[in-house]
Order: sequence, then C-alpha cells, then structure tokens
Amino acid sequence: MDLSYSPQEQAFRDEVRTFLADALPAEISQKVLSGAELAKADMERWHAILNDRGWLGGSWPEAFGGQGWGPVQQHIFDEECCRAHAPRIVPFGVKMLGPVLMKFGSPEQQAEYLPRILDGRDWWCQGYSEPGAGSDLASLKTRAERDGDDYIINGQKTWTTLGQHANRIFCLVRTRFDGKPQEGISFVLVDLDTPGIEMRPIRLIEGGYEVNEVFFTNVRVPVSNLVGGENEGWTIAKYLLLHERTNIAGIGDSIEALEQVKSLARSLRRGGKRLLDSPIFAARLAGIEAELEATKLTNLRMLSKAAEGGNLTFEPSMLKIKGTVVRQAINDLARRAMGPAAAPFPSEDLEGNAALMPEGHAHHAATYFNNRKISIYGGSNEIQRNVLAKGMMG
Amino acid sequence: MDFTISEDRRMLADTLRRYLAEQYPIEHRNKVAYEAPWHDAEKWDGLAELGVLFALAPEDAGGMGGSGFDIAVLFEEVGRALCPEPLLPAAMAAHLLHAVGADLEPLLSGTRHAVALGELDAPYDLDTIGTVATRDGGQWRLSGRKSVVCGAPCAEQLLVAARHGGGLGLFLLPAASAQITGYGMIDGGPAGDVFLENAAAQCLSEDATAMLTSALDIGALALSAEALGAMQTANDMLVDYLKTRQQFGKPIGTFQALQHRVVDLAIELEQARSAVILAADAMGTAQQSTRVSQCKHLVGKIAHQVAEEVIQMHGGIAMTWEYPASHYAKRLVMIDHQMGDTDWHLERLIGTLQSA
Repeated sequence: MDLSYSPQEQAFRDEVRTFLADALPAEISQKVLSGAELAKADMERWHAILNDRGWLGGSWPEAFGGQGWGPVQQHIFDEECCRAHAPRIVPFGVKMLGPVLMKFGSPEQQAEYLPRILDGRDWWCQGYSEPGAGSDLASLKTRAERDGDDYIINGQKTWTTLGQHANRIFCLVRTRFDGKPQEGISFVLVDLDTPGIEMRPIRLIEGGYEVNEVFFTNVRVPVSNLVGGENEGWTIAKYLLLHERTNIAGIGDSIEALEQVKSLARSLRRGGKRLLDSPIFAARLAGIEAELEATKLTNLRMLSKAAEGGNLTFEPSMLKIKGTVVRQAINDLARRAMGPAAAPFPSEDLEGNAALMPEGHAHHAATYFNNRKISIYGGSNEIQRNVLAKGMMG
Repeated sequence: MDFTISEDRRMLADTLRRYLAEQYPIEHRNKVAYEAPWHDAEKWDGLAELGVLFALAPEDAGGMGGSGFDIAVLFEEVGRALCPEPLLPAAMAAHLLHAVGADLEPLLSGTRHAVALGELDAPYDLDTIGTVATRDGGQWRLSGRKSVVCGAPCAEQLLVAARHGGGLGLFLLPAASAQITGYGMIDGGPAGDVFLENAAAQCLSEDATAMLTSALDIGALALSAEALGAMQTANDMLVDYLKTRQQFGKPIGTFQALQHRVVDLAIELEQARSAVILAADAMGTAQQSTRVSQCKHLVGKIAHQVAEEVIQMHGGIAMTWEYPASHYAKRLVMIDHQMGDTDWHLERLIGTLQSA
C-alpha cells in the first residue's frame, strides 16, 4: 500500500497552488475567509478567471472544453481551492446540468448550452424540491402539460439556491399522472425570462438570502427543452445523485475550517491561558482532527475506486453522511471557541470594528447555523441512510 | 417529597405566560429582537407593572421572591416565549444590590440594569478580569472594556466588576458615563461592549468575589430555566410537525428512525428539568455552585442536541427565518455562550472534585 500521491498528482497540486496564488483576487479570498457574502459579480469574476485557464470545467471531457480530470485530480483541485479561500464553483451549471447534458442531452442541446455554462452567459439554478416534495422528491406535483409544441408548466419549486442570480432553471416536472410517481417525471430546461415565473427570496435561519421559491403560472416552454425522453427525468435525477459527487464529503472545506479553529484556539485567551490549553477544548479539537483524518482517507479510497473505473454504489451516501457530520462538528467547534463573542449578529459594522471582534471571526455562529443545511439538502442524511440500509439488507 | 410548585409561583407563571402569549407573540418578538433597540421598551414597562420584577428579590428587599424556584419559574416562561427583554441582568443585579444592602426600589419599579462582568479574554472567569478601578481622592474611576454585556444598550445603570489594589470590587455607574457599542445578538435581543475610560463610579463593595460568583450562579440558573422553556416549545413544534407533515404517503412521525430520536429528546428534557430543580433548590446553600454547574453543563449539552435535532427532523423548513422553530434553535445553542458554557462548567466541576 502506498498512501502518497503520485509524482504527477503532486506536480498537479503544485501547479494549482501556484495558479491560485497568482490568479485568485485577494479581495475575493478575503471575503471567503471572513464568511462575508459574495456578490454575483465576485462569483462571475472567479468563474471567468478559472475558465480562462480552462479549469472551470476541469473534469469535463476535452471534447466539451474540459481537461478530462479524473476524480483524484478534481479532488486535489477542490482541496487547493479551499486552502486558498477561493469561492466554491457554483455547481448548478458546471457540476450538475453540464454532466446531465453530456449524458442525456441532444447534440443540439450540448452545442447550445455547454459553452454558455463555461463562458458565463448562463447561470443555471435548480428546480427540484417542492413544499410537499422534499425527502419524497418523487411525489412532486409541478405539472407540464403538452399543448402543441409546448409544455405548459404550473406549480411551485422551493429551496432554489442562488436563483436570484440565475437566468435559467432546470426542473423536474410531472408529465404523467398515473402509474408509479417515479415514472411520470421529466427533466426540462426553462428560461427564467418566460412570462409566468415569479421568484421570491426565502430568508434563512442566520439571516442570509441564498434560496428562493419559484412559482410557475401557465409557463410556456418548447418541447425541445426536454432533456432525455419524456417521463425519463427520474433516471437523470438518480444519475446526478451518483455522479459528479466527488466533492460530496466537502473535505477541503473541513480541512480549512479545522485550520481556522486551531488558529483560534492558539490566539484566544481564556482565564489567563490560551484556549488550546483548556484540556476539554483541546480534547474536542484533537478528537475531531482524528475523525477528519480518517474521513479524508475514506474519501480518497472511494475516489480511487471511481478513478479506476469502479462503480460507486453505497459510497456517495456514506461520504455525504460522514462528510457533513464532520464538517458540522468543526463549525460547531469554531462557534464554541468564540465564547460570548460568537453572539453578536454579524454585520459590516462589527466586522469592520477590530476593537469589537477578533478580525475575520464574526461569522462563526452564522456559519454554524447556515451549515445545518448540509445534512438536509441533496438528500437528507436520513434518506442517505435509507438508501444504504436498502442496499445492505434489501 | 413534594414536587408541586407553590400557589404563588404558579400564579406568577400563569400571569407571565398569559402576558407574553398576548403581548409577545413570536411575530412581534422577531420584529423587535433583531432591530435596534433589540427589545420593546413598552413591553418591558408592562412586565414591570405586572410585578414580574418582584419575583427577583426577597421580601426584606421589598420584593416577593428571590429564591431559586422564583427564578426558575419566571425564566422558564421567558424561554417559552423567547422574550428578549433584559430580565437576566435584572435578576443578577437584584442579587448584587441586595447583597450590598442597596435600595432595590428603582430596579423593582423598572429601571433597567446591565451587569458587566465578562471580557474578551476573560468571558466567564472572575479571577482574570482586567478592568481596573482606581481611587482618585474620594472618587473611584473605572477603565477597561466589558464584552457582550447582555442588555447593555438599553440599560440605565451599570454594575461593573473591576480589579483594584485590594481585590475584586463591584461598582455602580449611570450607563451614560460609559461608552456603549450596542448590537443585536444572532439569536435576538440586546447586547453591547462597554468601554470605560476613567469613568466615575460608586463603589458598592471592595470585596465582591463571593457575591459576583453567586450572581453568576443566578444567571446560569436563569439561563438554564430559559432553555428548559424554549426546549419545551421547540419540542412541541417538532412533535406537531412530525404528526402532520406527510412524505411517502404518511406522516413522517410514523418512521421509526425519527420516532426514537424524538423520544430521546423527551427523555433529555426530563433530565434538564431535574437538573434545573436541583440547582434551584440548592441556591443559597453550600451546594449552590456545584448544582448550578451540573445544571448548566447538562442543559448546555441537551439544548444543543434539541436545537440540532429540531432542525434536522423538521428538515428545510426549520432552516428558514419565517418558521419559529429556527429562532428557538438559535436561542438554545446561543444560551451556551452566556454565563459559562458547557465546557466551562464541566471544568469548574472537575476543579471541585479534585479539591475535595
């Protein structure tokens, strides 16, 4: 057994690190580090910088403008981006719709949409969940009824992340109303400028706006916007659950978050000593580090299996559960480390006032509360456990 | 043994519950708790008129309560309603003013006090407080900075712990004599940093360590009881939701994976209630600090578990600002950041064990 990265992989890591040191704008990485909200322009600017280097769709095949990275290279790239405090790539176009179109889209759809994802002309968002269809996604009710060469869509989607910045949305809609619910779902592309669409922001627990409700009233969409066959949307949804999930464990984020806790524990003072000298806090920190180290290797073992062409089955669900729980535990520790100073509602006034707050650390309670979402979205950890239990026991 | 709550305290709880239910519904609470001044001065006056503050002081100080159980009963109702009014500092100030034999009439009639103890480097430990008091002729002056002081921006009077040549003293000064940077807390309600620069103050006690320790215990008991009330409400919301939310064609409360977890929360809630009762009963006895630390340690852990499970089992809806459970979850987590967190109280318990 050899747990080290190959010389080629190590060289790739160095190349990414050098690139990030050079190309990542300091004002953007500073925002990421301090947990400040990124503006749409920040995210677009970062996408453009990556795309200029050919790395926005690094894991896309070369035929579609990518680099053909394997899972290990993609993982190295993600890890380095987190280490450098780069913004997360907005996943809905690059990581989700792109691979779906490559697998299920028509050549016309591929030619039209894939370049627009990379060059930033399109910002996609996702229309999956509904108020009545969360964990039970297959019970979705938003209906698309055929009218000549169009579908007419009526219904409501929710938890649409960063929909406020998007110009297009991909949706799961019901196109058949009898039979098994999974067999009547289709995957359609919708231009958000189409009349009859209304997007309303949802304010989250910590006060931020990143998700939306989307209402569809008699929205007319050409049938040519269907991806794959009619009533084959569930296959696409399942494909997305198993593929492009190399970053599902969020390892890079956890590594970086743990570094921040360590730095806090060394710099904050408690009762005349460093916080790190408190045996109880140190025990929490050492325990979570052991957990993260094991998770890193679990993740790499599963990535290697994928890289060697193995078929991932239970692995994504395991990585989702363990990865989110570990990351939440680290966010929890950062919040605890702050003591009473975690309490002020984060605001620009406070963040800018170094006399009030250890600089760059006003966000830890907000980050902790916001990241309670990661064990809920993308198939809650309970649903992942159902998937695993079904796989193990039938 | 008798576990019934006395008639007087039951009446206090009922009166307060009715007042808060009518005057402080969650919509109103969320409107005032997150915007300056982060509380509602009219409702504060209403609470004072209702006589709620009298529960904080014993009869010989002009009050009608002041025992551990008075505090527990009152703050459980505060927690049920997530009331952001500065009752916590009022309870601590009542104890301190009584301990030095000061007149409690202004406090009991509604003058708002803040108790400034914690500092950025010494959030809970009295023995590392850095704020200093110096005597300039006959006048005491305070210099230093107090961090995240509950109720500071709306306080009229400040009680400040500061070090002087002979030890740790307790000082009183009008809030206007200090520079206060106020802010709301992430879970709502007013707090602030208090900057003191040669601020003239009245010395209430030159040797205040014992009464300050006791005031911290009262604060920790009050917060534990508040958490108990908030957990009860949050758990009720969760159970209602599990019974009504349908997925996979049935209420999600029919799934065993959730049933066992919600039952575990109910068990922990009973544990939290017992811990609060033990602490309330021990107030004023030699067991006080041990019982309070056991309570705050346990409640800190339980409140954290309840908050995370209430969010997780609800799912996305409890991640939203609009759904009240999210605000209960925030308060339950953030209570652990006041008056000693679960680890700090555990360390205090370890210290007691080791020195026995």
